[in-house]
Amino acid sequence: MTKILEVSNVTKRFGGLTAVNDVSFSVTRGEILSVIGPNGAGKSTLFKLISSFLPTTSGEVRLEGELINNLAPHIVARRGVVRTFQETTIFRSMTVRENIIVSHHLRSRASLWGFFIGSEIARTDEKEFGESADNIIEFLGLQAIRDEFASTLPQGHLRALGMAIGLATNPKVLLLDEPFAGMNHDETMNMVDLVRRLRDERGVTVLLVEHDMPAVMKISDRIVVLNFGEKIAEGTPLEIQNNERVIEAYLGSEDAAIGM
Amino acid sequence: MNKTKIAGVAAFLLVLYAVVPWGIAASGRTDFFYTLTSVALLSIASAGVWLTFYIGRINIGQGAYALAGGYVSAVLITQYGLSFWLTLPLAGLFCVLLAVLIGLPILRLRGVYFAMVTLVLTEVMRLTALALPITQGAKGITSIPLPGELSLFGITLIPDFASLENPKIGFYWMAVTFMVIAYAVLWRIVNSRLGHLCRSLQQNEELASSIGVNTAYLRVVAYSISSFFGGIAGASFIAISQSIYPSSFQVNDSVNFMLNCFLGGLGYVLGPMLGTLMLYFGWDLLFTTGKYQLLIYASLLIALMLALPNGVLSLFDKKKA
Repeated sequence: MTKILEVSNVTKRFGGLTAVNDVSFSVTRGEILSVIGPNGAGKSTLFKLISSFLPTTSGEVRLEGELINNLAPHIVARRGVVRTFQETTIFRSMTVRENIIVSHHLRSRASLWGFFIGSEIARTDEKEFGESADNIIEFLGLQAIRDEFASTLPQGHLRALGMAIGLATNPKVLLLDEPFAGMNHDETMNMVDLVRRLRDERGVTVLLVEHDMPAVMKISDRIVVLNFGEKIAEGTPLEIQNNERVIEAYLGSEDAAIGM
Repeated sequence: MNKTKIAGVAAFLLVLYAVVPWGIAASGRTDFFYTLTSVALLSIASAGVWLTFYIGRINIGQGAYALAGGYVSAVLITQYGLSFWLTLPLAGLFCVLLAVLIGLPILRLRGVYFAMVTLVLTEVMRLTALALPITQGAKGITSIPLPGELSLFGITLIPDFASLENPKIGFYWMAVTFMVIAYAVLWRIVNSRLGHLCRSLQQNEELASSIGVNTAYLRVVAYSISSFFGGIAGASFIAISQSIYPSSFQVNDSVNFMLNCFLGGLGYVLGPMLGTLMLYFGWDLLFTTGKYQLLIYASLLIALMLALPNGVLSLFDKKKA
């Protein structure tokens, strides 16, 4: 089992506030790892640090041994770490298919000039993007809405579209930001299924931030727990459920109790 | 392109190159040549502004580039004796350079902040033209010779404008041709991957960068093309007026370039062209209303924007976004 992503001693301070404090963990290739914690524990900040949307104050993030923190988001994406967002973050005035096609940007070999004059490579690229987009649409079962404008879609579909956008970039590691938020039980189970298939059929390593405890327990190979910016536990779902520090952190918080 | 589109383009070209000149000749209203030439050139500058809208930035600074392009051409012609046809691309390239330098810092701004900075640009350019010795301050540069002959390998492509019986028609042909080329380029940009990426930028910059788009680079590219259009329009304009002053392009013009885009429609490549035509002629047609001209004009504009927020061209749009 090789480590694909390593987070070592990462710290982020905003002025006097330490949002993430000396957090270290690693992600194994092909696993689904969840980062959980009460509100304000620093989960989202950690995601932004890994995807270089924010610079780290100290510490290192390595992808396959290479440093990827403090770069620009588009460069980290090029290296293979792609962050998807909550459902509001899509290209609203494009159709589902257009959303997915434009997200193939990283795979294009032609230059912008090549696309402008319609060079041979550009046309091959366009053709491949179209085929790959149709492929992803089929994979996620979005055939019925492929030509709908994204702005007209209900939440469940938007979430799937967000994932499709992530997939189109052909990532090594996909960062999912609360993929189950606001979903009912059935929708959540569908999504759990989908994330598993991403890993099993497409070989994507998944790192996710989530509040929905039953879903997290069901889907994760391992879990990292943050509280007040510090890592307080790491382990399998079973270990986490029985960890005293974790139970303590969650007691009295608004979040759902830990359990299945 | 499907057949209807090809037919549409052919009809449009026919109107531009045959029907309009014939109509003007038949009616004897040769002053229309000048008006339509102006519309064609202004619509090129507006096309540039439209492209900045396409990446999600409100550009009220196109006048600055038109002025810069005009001065580059004027100085090169009068002081270095270059041919107008050579100064034209140089004016465009100078504006590209300017756009990169100015764009790098200011394109990080969004929304009203970017708009405000660009609004100031035109004024800065005017003051620069007033202050620099090479632009000859408020006196401006006058008596710029008409465009000379353009020949390639001994073959005359464009005759000397001074030898033309009616240079007005010559300018009309030139302006219309430039406009057709500019809009063909714009159409191609919008319908190639560059356009798709611009749209991704317009709709969600954060997501665009997370799918690997170098947003800062793309913004500068789009803004440079936009400014190139501005520079070309400005340089062509001074060839017609044969003079340029710091007040040749003012804040007012910059605002008009933006209004043209709004009025025609931000979602349509031909939007700025139609907008320019309507605004220009609308103003002229209202001339007879005397002191109420501005009042009626402004009220009509507001009414149009309220009724058709997506531009006049949205009237003909079947699909809805």
